[in-house]
Amino acid sequence: MIVGQSIERLDGRLKVTGRARYAAEFKPPNMAHAVLVQSTVAAGTVAGIDTTAAKAMPGVLQIMTSANAEKLNLKGASVLQPLLQGNEIFHNGQHVAIVIATTLQQAQAAAARVRVRYNPAEAVTMMEAALNQASVPRNFSNGRAEPDSRTGDPDAAMTSAAVRVEATYTTPIEHHNPMEPHATIASWDGDRLTVWTATQGISGAQLTLASLFGVPKENVTVICPFVGGGFGCKGTNWPPATLTAMAAREVNRPVKLEVTRQQMFTSNGYRARTIQKLKLAANKDGKLLAIQHDGLAQTSMPEVGEFAEAVGLASRMLYACPNIGTSHRVVAINQGLPTYMRAPGEASGMFALESAMDELAVRLAIDPLKLRLANYANADATSGKPFSSKGLRECYEKGAAAFGWQRRTQAPGSMRDGRVLIGVGMATATYPTNRSPASAQIRMMPDGTAVVRSGTQDIGTGTYTTMAQIAADVLGLPLERVRVELGDSRLPPAPGSGGSMTTASVLPAVQSAAIQLRDKLFVLALARPPAAWGTAAKSDLRLENGVVQGPGAQVSFIDLVTREAVSFVEAAADVNPDAASKDHSSHAFGAQFAEVRVDPDLRTVKVSRWVGAFDCGRVISPKTARSQLIGGIVFGIGMALMEETRVDAETGRTVNANIADYLVPVNADVPEIETIFVEAPDLVTTGLGVKGIGELPMVGVAAAIANAVWHATGVRIRDLPIRLDKLLV
Amino acid sequence: METSNPTRRAVLGTAAALTAFSTAASRAARSEQPPASVSPPSQALIRVNGKQLTLELEPRTTLLDALREQTDLHGTKKGCDQGACGACTVHIDGKRVLSCLTLAVRCVGKEITTIEGLADGDTLHPMQAAFLAHDGMQCGYCTPGQIMSAVALVKEGHTQSDAEIAEWMSGNICRCGAYPNIVAAIREVVGPDGKRG
Repeated sequence: MIVGQSIERLDGRLKVTGRARYAAEFKPPNMAHAVLVQSTVAAGTVAGIDTTAAKAMPGVLQIMTSANAEKLNLKGASVLQPLLQGNEIFHNGQHVAIVIATTLQQAQAAAARVRVRYNPAEAVTMMEAALNQASVPRNFSNGRAEPDSRTGDPDAAMTSAAVRVEATYTTPIEHHNPMEPHATIASWDGDRLTVWTATQGISGAQLTLASLFGVPKENVTVICPFVGGGFGCKGTNWPPATLTAMAAREVNRPVKLEVTRQQMFTSNGYRARTIQKLKLAANKDGKLLAIQHDGLAQTSMPEVGEFAEAVGLASRMLYACPNIGTSHRVVAINQGLPTYMRAPGEASGMFALESAMDELAVRLAIDPLKLRLANYANADATSGKPFSSKGLRECYEKGAAAFGWQRRTQAPGSMRDGRVLIGVGMATATYPTNRSPASAQIRMMPDGTAVVRSGTQDIGTGTYTTMAQIAADVLGLPLERVRVELGDSRLPPAPGSGGSMTTASVLPAVQSAAIQLRDKLFVLALARPPAAWGTAAKSDLRLENGVVQGPGAQVSFIDLVTREAVSFVEAAADVNPDAASKDHSSHAFGAQFAEVRVDPDLRTVKVSRWVGAFDCGRVISPKTARSQLIGGIVFGIGMALMEETRVDAETGRTVNANIADYLVPVNADVPEIETIFVEAPDLVTTGLGVKGIGELPMVGVAAAIANAVWHATGVRIRDLPIRLDKLLV
Repeated sequence: METSNPTRRAVLGTAAALTAFSTAASRAARSEQPPASVSPPSQALIRVNGKQLTLELEPRTTLLDALREQTDLHGTKKGCDQGACGACTVHIDGKRVLSCLTLAVRCVGKEITTIEGLADGDTLHPMQAAFLAHDGMQCGYCTPGQIMSAVALVKEGHTQSDAEIAEWMSGNICRCGAYPNIVAAIREVVGPDGKRG
């Protein structure tokens, strides 16, 4: 079995030698370069754009504005005005022109000479200024959940409870900042479009572009063999990809557009600012009687679209509690459209819930871990459905043991190392197990190698590796004889790489295709069996090491394919999620344990130790899975202590739109991290037993750190990020 | 002379000063006039990974853009183009340098090494092999810069402890968060006492 073995990622060699090719690194002949010009006001209209000086610059081919841009088919499009289709401005940083020149330097220089005049209107740039305008989301959670929920009577239970905690938690705007900025190369051949683009969803990009340009889906080819990180901001076909295709059509040659790091702050979504009210009620033993979680999140003006941060979903299912209420409201302001960012909903929502649980533990004077165990749920508290699998208790136990949680003393400031304050904190992690329809195809080639093909993406999560593993096991091939093709819309379709569902969606399709290919190889072998096989049937055969092994003799795959005189033997599978999964509540779980060291005078916080134990179902590739767990925790450390996009209230402009002032964790910020796999396979939801890994490990990180900071200092921070100025009280 | 070489920052600074001057002098005249002509591209010989490459360089072209747009050496990555992320790290005369802050014309006569110049044919450089073994990457976009920094770091001798390695690798951002694996990879190359490598 290669599944479950710790192997080097199959695309690793290409990555360490610099040969992995990302979207901006393809070179169609005669390619021109494009640079975006962005709005400097947050609301109003474009009064006019003077392109005279810019157009006269050397090498400039064309400058597109809403005055001369082609009209797109906007029926069904979710993002409207930023595609140069009108003069209205809805946020600072909206794209208002695109400059196309022969070289990148020429395009950059000319873009700086484009003069835009505005008729500015009064903008609402901060959600706090428009809270009275909060509204019910129109399309909450893509229709898979209701914005409000109510089980039992939370209000009544609050009134009569012995102990109550009530607090407001806020989380800031955060930006994904993958290391690879968005980039697209577009090339038209008549009404056929090829785009190389940095995307988490080639299928979605293909559909969106085909619809906008009014061409059949088959006319659009999207290619993306490597993605330099996404974290959600490459999940949607954002305006720059479309604008590049418009530019390429306009100048009738291939065009490349690399969004700059500064423009990444206004071109492709962000994690919305949230204001969350949390109320918990419990009896004296810590048994939860009521949870009320009300979330407000910012969104863009409706003309641009809507995104509702689903902060309360985890509160509906995580703890055993008879009375639970949740609500979600959005506040539309003059900012760009928010989007999914690693663990959307849960990352922000569980900061609030798991901070509030810690506050409740303090109020009750019980150990925070014991409080979680006292409210351990065996079924989803809102839907009432049983969990398809749940290894959370083991996560708590193994994580606590590895961390040495029992050495914690209860009182804040009671643990020290010399003068340095030590704090320890914990929090629960949870993220839903998602799965979508997916298809795959496997070809046995005449040289005895298998080519596994699916139109999925590898965003660094190890998809190349896991697809090869599962096929190799079924086909009895060593890994070096399996090749994976993905990241091309001409391959069998697969879902976008988001919602931690790639493994759960794509691997069952690969497995099913592999089983069918195995059957085909059996049939081919039995059509002209070696004499020694006699009357052997399929059940007497097995695949191993590139041969069909039967009683006393074998036939190699190479012989099987070559004697058929075909280019390859192929099997394909199209797999849908099992209906049985609808009867269950399906989630991955985890327990986070943090130690922080706080300087008693300067109040600097350093995360000094981490243990995370995760039930992410069956683990296919332990090495890459562990990397995802570590990476999620690091992402969470950024959320807890550093990350915040600052907006100037007057202009709606992002003040720290660069990766020096928008702080993300660097190597020296990260402690020793111990990760523990608690494998509770989810056979109901995914068949293979896998759950998602990508988002789970960052859930609860911010709360665990906030709880540890309280334990070190006695100061409760309810507003992320936890900066030293908030601790100097 | 080394000190008289213009850095990109100095050039941009000069440009900004000139713009400010012309704005003050004659705003109206400026908007009427065609833009001041930029120096046309000229051919320059740049030595990369032991080979002389002929590049068409404008004075404002960075080494990063010259490599990515004019050669097949796309392993050097553009992460921020502002010297803040380290993805574009290359070696110039053996020292780690941010190629996005280096004007390409400044590199004439110097020895540039990129990630593509590290391996010996099919044999990986020990640092590349260690990154692979320890999974010091996920998406792989920052990886060439991390490895170029790591190779230089070993030469610099900043490897006495894991904390020292982490500190001196902090100019290279990895948003996927592979940091502990990166430290482990470097640790393997230099050995437990930090001396090897």
